[in-house]
Amino acid sequence: MRIVVQAEPFDFGAEANRFAAGHTDMGAIVTFTGIVRDLAQNPLDRMVIEYYPGMTEKALEKIATEAQERWFLGDVLVIHRHGDLRPGDMIMMVATAAPHRVDAFEAAEYLMDFLKSRAPFWKQEFTADGAEWVASKDEDEDALKRW
Amino acid sequence: MTLDVLYFAWVRERIGVPREKVETSAATVMDLVEELRAREERYAVAFGDLKALRVAIDQELTEFDASLNGAREVAFFPPMTGG
Repeated sequence: MRIVVQAEPFDFGAEANRFAAGHTDMGAIVTFTGIVRDLAQNPLDRMVIEYYPGMTEKALEKIATEAQERWFLGDVLVIHRHGDLRPGDMIMMVATAAPHRVDAFEAAEYLMDFLKSRAPFWKQEFTADGAEWVASKDEDEDALKRW
Repeated sequence: MTLDVLYFAWVRERIGVPREKVETSAATVMDLVEELRAREERYAVAFGDLKALRVAIDQELTEFDASLNGAREVAFFPPMTGG
């Protein structure tokens, strides 16, 4: 398991290749990448992501450990950025390795669902209208119920 | 006891500091919230609607009725928006 919280950009291709290398017994690698999305109606200047040093890493480890207990996984990777981001920037990625694809897909979805509302990150969007904290969505909370 | 109290996102903005030491005899998180609310208007504003807030004790998510017995660090923040 590798959990990384960093301000710097990450190289998705290099991370995915490094993660996939050496897993001769893993038939499936699933990756998900989250990207800062611009809005046509209200162009985004930048996004700032705040986090809770210490608790954020612990929360991510807990979520990843729970995924490993639930599915047969060879490895889990979570990279999440904080600080200043621009539209099109990669915010985060998860990768899961499993012998079969169903475990890899489901575990990646589980990680994403819990990352959304149980990992201490807070997004603030800056547009021509000023700064606004992104509100949590009821559907993100509802998404946890399926697990 | 002396607690490290941390604030994040708009809670931090409303209170005006990211963290502070608080000398308290509060038994639960709710008691601490009541003490802070009574202290100054900015706390009363930040803690106006507890449904819009989450709390962690020593970096573990918990509830507002949780005991502060043995706690060192308490953090208040809005619902998380990761991913």
